[in-house]
Amino acid sequence: MILQNLGIVYALLGAALAVLLAGAGSAIGVGIAGQAAAGVVTEDPSKFAKVLIMQLLPGTQGIYGLLVGFITLSKIGLLGGGAAALDVQTGLMILAACLPIGMVGLISAIHQGKTSAASIGIVAKKPDQFGKAMLFPAMVETYAILALLISILSVTAIQV
Amino acid sequence: MAVLQMQRISVCALKKDRKKILELLQQKGVVEIERMPEEDDSFRRTDTASQKAVFEKNASAADNALEILQIYVPEKKSMLASLEGKTPVDFEGYGSVVQRQDAIMGSAHQIVNLSKRIAENKANILKRENQKESLEPWKSLDVPMNFAGTRTTAALIGTLSTPMTQEQVYAGLAQAAPELEAVDVHVVSVDRDQSYICVLCPKKDGAALEEALRSIGFARPAQTGSMIPRERQERLEQKIAALNEENKKLEAEIADHAIERRDLELVSDYYRTRAAKYEVLGGLLQSKKTFVLTGFVPRQAAEALKKDLDEHFTLSVEVTDPKDGEEPPVLLQNSTFSSSFEGVVGSFGLPKLGEIDPTTIMSFFYFFLFGLMLSDAAYGFIIFLACFIVLKKFPNMAIGMRKSIRMFMYCGISTLFWGIMFSSYFGDIVDVVATNYFGVTLAEGQSVIPPLWFVPLQDPMRMLMYSMLFGLIHLFTGLALKGYMLIKDGKVMDAFWDVGLWFIFLIGLILLLLPSEIFAGISGIAFPASLAVPGKYMALVGLVGILLMSARDNKNWGLRIALGAYDIYNTTSWLSDVLSYSRLLALGLATGVIASVINQMGSMFGTGVVGTILFIVVFLVGHTMNLAINLLGAYVHTNRLQFVEFFGKFYEGGGREFQPFTTNTKYVDIKEEMKL
Repeated sequence: MILQNLGIVYALLGAALAVLLAGAGSAIGVGIAGQAAAGVVTEDPSKFAKVLIMQLLPGTQGIYGLLVGFITLSKIGLLGGGAAALDVQTGLMILAACLPIGMVGLISAIHQGKTSAASIGIVAKKPDQFGKAMLFPAMVETYAILALLISILSVTAIQV
Repeated sequence: MAVLQMQRISVCALKKDRKKILELLQQKGVVEIERMPEEDDSFRRTDTASQKAVFEKNASAADNALEILQIYVPEKKSMLASLEGKTPVDFEGYGSVVQRQDAIMGSAHQIVNLSKRIAENKANILKRENQKESLEPWKSLDVPMNFAGTRTTAALIGTLSTPMTQEQVYAGLAQAAPELEAVDVHVVSVDRDQSYICVLCPKKDGAALEEALRSIGFARPAQTGSMIPRERQERLEQKIAALNEENKKLEAEIADHAIERRDLELVSDYYRTRAAKYEVLGGLLQSKKTFVLTGFVPRQAAEALKKDLDEHFTLSVEVTDPKDGEEPPVLLQNSTFSSSFEGVVGSFGLPKLGEIDPTTIMSFFYFFLFGLMLSDAAYGFIIFLACFIVLKKFPNMAIGMRKSIRMFMYCGISTLFWGIMFSSYFGDIVDVVATNYFGVTLAEGQSVIPPLWFVPLQDPMRMLMYSMLFGLIHLFTGLALKGYMLIKDGKVMDAFWDVGLWFIFLIGLILLLLPSEIFAGISGIAFPASLAVPGKYMALVGLVGILLMSARDNKNWGLRIALGAYDIYNTTSWLSDVLSYSRLLALGLATGVIASVINQMGSMFGTGVVGTILFIVVFLVGHTMNLAINLLGAYVHTNRLQFVEFFGKFYEGGGREFQPFTTNTKYVDIKEEMKL
């Protein structure tokens, strides 16, 4: 009996994982980039704005996670107060739909953070190459965007 | 619209005119002067390094004086000061300053000297304070530190390396030298590490006493003096006060120079300009009576410059087209709208020889895609307004900065447009306020302001389709530009093989895909199956064509077909390029959904007075952050779509920027032409 009522729990677990994994990834990524950025600013405070932008780049995965988490919550009606009665299958489907952005968000944000740190090195030595330097972290983010896309499409497609 | 046509300019003139000619060129700022080839017997370079060094030294002295003024008489600068740019100065103001240059440089040196004296005084104050500090333990001693005794007594003043009381010192002495009897120990003070003592004894025992004292850790002080410590401290204090007083006077003197700030800026720029002139002068080849100068000049400025030079001087000017294989520097010229986006092209790389300037076409796509990614009417309007005000408020802004801000202003308009299309105003703020405060009831998915087009969140698949369609148009434009460049170079057949065949092949593939069940399932649009027939043939023709012709320079047929097959493999890169445009949907949704989250969070506190205040606070903070993060995202990803997907199809970049010989000033911008 209890097992049959777990649908909503699985769905909430999905939303939680999306926010949790992607957010944790971004926290690590922004942290890695932030250390590199702080080093540059000690040498040359005028580069603050540029390295700050670089540091922020791995932060988007956390926002994507939040996005999917929010769409999921509003889908299962937790935000409006009246939670929808979900069967186990639907709950697990929502959980599965949330996984891409959670996992890809976690891994891509960490690697984007490392790439950002390297790009901050470019900005430190050749500030005029800012446009190109910004591109390398953006390449990593592509995969987070693809994962976000599939997560959003699946969550919105699931009939509650 | 394009890369400006550059021409090579050669000037041969009389040596006596060389400075005036350089001044004219510097004033016009349209010539990039080349470092001349090797010297020969008749043409040599003159060494101007020493003159240049003098000017540079003067400029840096003036800069230094300005920095000192900024320390002692800070000039308030707003946060937006970096946008202000250089102050315009008319020629008369400039001329008068140039006439008074020696006096102004005098002030500059005076300011530097004053600040040096202040620094010296500060060092002295520190030294005296240290001395004063070290006398502190001796304060209660009422004989001078170098007091050695009277006619019959010997006095030993110094420290013991351990804190000891009077009894302990007596005990120590008794142990070390029991034969000494008449000893008077006076402990001046004791601190954590040592004790400060003064010991008296008959003169004859002096040496023995010192010996005994040393055995318990006695040392004479580093600092002696013929004054009683307390008096000396007072003297030091007076000196410190006097130095402080002097510093105040010196600072006031520096402050008096604050009115000369503008003059110093001008004179610094004047020397900087002259240093630049002498640098060029040092690179010129000169004979006994003449000199030669070569460089690049934009074609449209060449005629006027030639006329100008001919009018004022006796010389020979020759303007020719650059030789084949020579890479002239690149200067872009575009309409006001498109030139705003030159910074984006510049950060990727200017067009190299033979490439077209992609700015104009790119600017429209940039405008379009940026707005699509941010897609919120209110955000767009805020960006537009902020940029517009900044542009109006700071008319002297540096040109590069001006272009960037203008670019964001246009992007704000585009964002506003897409926000209205998708009905997003701070996310769903209108609906939230309407339902909470005015009791409007909205059905699921309904909005107070209906979208002009549709709401992407309610129909993400549709938006995804359109994202990819926009992407396809963008990519096809890039491919077409590649064809255009080949045709412009006269390689019509290459344009067909490398571009035409790909168009046939890709369009064929798309026609095959459209009527398929998968596509109909995703998009919900059913295309007639008859499209597949021409699609099949086009794809086939394209496929075979690319297979055979892609590596047409290769004589070996086996290798040629293998390379052709490899080229076909590029289809996957087309697939990934098109999919890459799905970020248009993702980023657009990110803005809207996060804005909705903020609105929902804000409205959780109810509609009372406190609730409303909290709502406003959450609204302001939340939307500021959302705007900042998504603005950054839209900027980064629009750049990426241009650089990777679009430029990847046709554009390499790598041209050298045109750097004309000009008045390279730091503080002021000299308007009006310099008289000759």
